[in-house]
Amino acid sequence: MSAKDTILRRIHTALRDVPPAERPEDVRVARDYRLTDDAPRAEIVQQFAERVAEYKAAVRVVREADLVATIAAALRARGISRLVVPAGLPEAWLPPDITPLRDTPPLSHTQLDTSEGVITSCALGIAQTGTIVLDHGLGQGRRALSLLPDYHLCIVRAAQVIGLVPEAIGMLDEAAHAGRPLTFISGPSATSDIELNRVEGVHGPRTLEVIVIV
Amino acid sequence: MLFVLFVVKKVRIVKPQSVLIELQPLFEKNAPKALANTQLRRNMGKATQTIRGKRAAVVDEMPDWEALREAGRAIKARTLRHLDSYLLQLEDSVTRAGGSVHWARDAAEANAIITRLVQQQAREVIKIKSLTTDEIKLNAALADAGITAIETDLAELIIQLAGEHSSHILVPAIHKNRAEIRELFMRTLGVAELSDEPTALAAVARTYLREKFLTTRVAISGANFAVAETGTVCVVESEGNGRMCLTLPDLLISVMGIEKVIPSFQDFEVMLQLLPRSSTGERMNPYTSLWRGVTPGDGPQEFHLVLLDNGRSDVLADTVGRQTLNCIRCSACLNICPIYERTGGHAYGSVYPGPIGAILTPQLVGVEHARSLPFASTLCGACYDVCPVKINIPEVLVHLRGEVVRQQQDTGGLRAALEPENLAMTALAKLFESRLAYEAAQQAGKLGQLPLKHDGHISWLPGLLGGWTAMRDLEAMPDETFREWWAKRKAEG
Repeated sequence: MSAKDTILRRIHTALRDVPPAERPEDVRVARDYRLTDDAPRAEIVQQFAERVAEYKAAVRVVREADLVATIAAALRARGISRLVVPAGLPEAWLPPDITPLRDTPPLSHTQLDTSEGVITSCALGIAQTGTIVLDHGLGQGRRALSLLPDYHLCIVRAAQVIGLVPEAIGMLDEAAHAGRPLTFISGPSATSDIELNRVEGVHGPRTLEVIVIV
Repeated sequence: MLFVLFVVKKVRIVKPQSVLIELQPLFEKNAPKALANTQLRRNMGKATQTIRGKRAAVVDEMPDWEALREAGRAIKARTLRHLDSYLLQLEDSVTRAGGSVHWARDAAEANAIITRLVQQQAREVIKIKSLTTDEIKLNAALADAGITAIETDLAELIIQLAGEHSSHILVPAIHKNRAEIRELFMRTLGVAELSDEPTALAAVARTYLREKFLTTRVAISGANFAVAETGTVCVVESEGNGRMCLTLPDLLISVMGIEKVIPSFQDFEVMLQLLPRSSTGERMNPYTSLWRGVTPGDGPQEFHLVLLDNGRSDVLADTVGRQTLNCIRCSACLNICPIYERTGGHAYGSVYPGPIGAILTPQLVGVEHARSLPFASTLCGACYDVCPVKINIPEVLVHLRGEVVRQQQDTGGLRAALEPENLAMTALAKLFESRLAYEAAQQAGKLGQLPLKHDGHISWLPGLLGGWTAMRDLEAMPDETFREWWAKRKAEG
């Protein structure tokens, strides 16, 4: 008997107490936790900005008209002149003095590792937890792009910010069914492995900056 | 920013010795040694206090925490009661997305599958912290095949470099303080100058491992969840070492216990709220990666998922013990446990320490191989209160204590039959069988206690019974028993 058949038979025997007619949906899962946040939009966006900042990520909330100047200032402050730019990111977001590193043809891991930073958009932001979610679609690039560079600048539109985790999972359902990889990012990489104190900056980007367009 | 002088030196990876689930964890033998180690107790006390405070803060801000816990429990109950169909659905979803699914009856079979897959491509693998791979002693099996496994989680790296075992399921090096870690890194990684600031220590790990991430072609991970409906596999982490391993290599092998499957993608809306808050005490952990099979042009182009039984179907068969498989490995029960806080994890002699380990280990390996663990608890119930998927740990502990006694009676032969406790319980059972015998014993007790009784209490008992009175007084038997009072009351009408 194959390992698969053995394991399935063991499980079948172990579940003798489960009536044969029972269907999975007969085991009720009460979803009476909060499914949506009814707070005003402005409050939700403000909470998002505050909670991202609590993870020691720099957050700036700006008007669309000031976006490029804000991006330019952020990059200048870090002395960045060459930036990894994923396909599909609005060209208008790029400051004129920045040299873009395009991923076509794909950049090597070494090129990404030695790059100065990366700019991406995102799929959505979760206010409750201060989380950015990438579905690696247009403007976000494949997973390595937002991983190997030591600096990640992420642009979030206020309209992309939702209140609670269940709202986010609902909006990501289509991407998940399409088999797209998803990355949830809450602050820069961190560890709590030394005396359980959180230290920012381990293997992922050590610096995360977020610009919210309102 | 702190700069460290960093000299890359050939690193000595200590070969892991029999990595956990020792055959006979003897908690009562290990615990006194741990308790005598004052440095350990100080480290553990400080760490568990910190994490308890963080968890309490982020749980208290959730008005719907109890509803989430109940949903978490129900999702796992649904999964476990229909585990076979969910596993088949998961296999189908992953296979259709270009992944391969393997089934392993036990540790040896899982190790053989993984070793075979690695051998075709590499002599070195990078690993994401995974309890399941600790349970099956994968690193030792790979080493036997000449393959070096490099742990990339900071705490796992620390204990690998120290040649030690994990003492906590989330923070394996919780028993070590910063000064000890600094000393270890200077000795094993050839760092000439290093402060004991956690930032500096983390920077050392980053520099050492970055080269490994960029050059190693095979990665091995566990899995926090896998969705039957979509084939989505999930790894929850903090440092980014997980993302590195899941993204950069050509070949990815993920090992998961069969109980880690969840029915639908929607179930993440519960699990991704329960796990980080219970685990590290954060609203959300820094990184959560979800992927399905192979994504063309992004990440490993070969993906294998190993489904491991290794005793889990036995746990499933026990209708009381089944809830143990709800566990999402958050470690909240370790951090809250008064026993764990004082002994640390090594005393449990298992890859799964603390309250969850005290119920999971005996069920996975058989109670006869872990008799002392169900007794490593005061049954205070704090673990049940904090469990995000509502595992009634005290209930399972009591159930397993019964199993231990029954197993000893069944197989212990004459020696077990002559154990004082067994003799006492057998005698007691006889007394309770007959009303006359019981009432006679009550009269004998009332007479017998006379020389020992002072002010309604007994402070000293002879022989083996003295174990009870060594630490506390015993309430003396009353002058009139309930039965006598009842009979008198009836007679008086």
